[in-house]
Amino acid sequence: MAAAVLASLLMMVVDHRENHLETVRSALSIIVAPLHQIASLPTSSGEWLSDSFRSRQHLLDDNKQLHEQNLKLKGQQQKFKALEVENMRLRDLLDSSFKIGDQILIAELIAIDLDPYKQQVIINRGGNSGVFEGQAVLDADAVLGQVVHVDPFSATVLMITDPSHALPVEVNRNGLRTIAMGTGRTNELELPHLPNNADIQVGDLLITSGLGGHFPPGYPVAEITQVINNPGQPFARILAKPSANLKRTHEVLLVRALTSPTQEPSASSVEQTAQ
Amino acid sequence: MTITPHRGGFIIIATFILALILTILPLPEWARPFRPAWHSLVLIYWCMATPQRVGVGVGWLLGLIVDVITNTLLGQHALELAVTAFIVAKLHRRMRVFPLWQQAIGVFLLLMLEEIFSIIVMGAIHRPTPALSYWATPFIGMLLWLWISIILRDLRQRFKVN
Repeated sequence: MAAAVLASLLMMVVDHRENHLETVRSALSIIVAPLHQIASLPTSSGEWLSDSFRSRQHLLDDNKQLHEQNLKLKGQQQKFKALEVENMRLRDLLDSSFKIGDQILIAELIAIDLDPYKQQVIINRGGNSGVFEGQAVLDADAVLGQVVHVDPFSATVLMITDPSHALPVEVNRNGLRTIAMGTGRTNELELPHLPNNADIQVGDLLITSGLGGHFPPGYPVAEITQVINNPGQPFARILAKPSANLKRTHEVLLVRALTSPTQEPSASSVEQTAQ
Repeated sequence: MTITPHRGGFIIIATFILALILTILPLPEWARPFRPAWHSLVLIYWCMATPQRVGVGVGWLLGLIVDVITNTLLGQHALELAVTAFIVAKLHRRMRVFPLWQQAIGVFLLLMLEEIFSIIVMGAIHRPTPALSYWATPFIGMLLWLWISIILRDLRQRFKVN
């Protein structure tokens, strides 16, 4: 009994402080991986069924719709290419050129529930597919979180709304940089370090600033929903709603920046407004 | 004194695996804080019914597995379940003769103790204090005990687990 208690206490301390137990956790999680598979079976078999029994007409409609969407996106992509080249030329003038371009890997969520008091999900790609710790994870709309733990065939993603998560962001409108902290609620981020006179409004889009090096710059994160100025407080209370669908995501994108983040000059705010 | 050979170990393992699956089975968002501690209930039953087989060690291992599959701090559930197994192993003779509803109250207290352990650990690693719904799980566990203990007792008698 005493040995079990001591061992647990020791493990908790080591796990929290040192991260030496990652290998132990990995080894154990390989043993219990079948449990994850079985628990996600009802969801995945439901999907399989609905895929298998879909009518031909439905599939044709889907196909047509996707074709149209693809055409539209390609059209937008052409403009984007031109803008990218122009942007690089302008940055060259400022001596701060860097390459734009990220590698993207698609992963699926494994449908299981983890600790309800942590905002985490498990995805079906791991170290064998080149996933690494600290990698940025997106869904179709915006930033979702980052990889915190990698196993050979799966990885754990910490959502941006987890209370222990902080994300360097900037306001798309004027390049104001700050940090977005999770609150523990899936529809809310908090920006705790902005003074009362900061230039920020309801409806402003927050994008990743690329500072800190984990997240590639320029991906949308959240939209400001509430700005409360209390003159008695040193900082404004600013809340934002994540643009990613944190509750009902099925597929996620893992992003790897092709270049290391570079220091942006202060003039970058001008370019941000030009977007 | 004769030593009777152990029988029906696979039933114990199967029920533990089922409990672990129920622990991570996806639930709708609103229901997630109310998920009962299936693994604790099953552990309490087997500790009470077969203390010669399921004890502190099994509880600790089970807790470690729960920590890995739900991705909590390694050792958190291990500590809780080891303590639960210890208490039940000490009191199993008394608990067995209680009527079912009194047993349920005992189970409630054990589950409450686990929740208190959990909240102390969460506080120590600076997690935010969970909402009030956090304290609902021992009540749900207590109500479930009435069914779980009957189901497991039937299983134990049918497969003559000892």
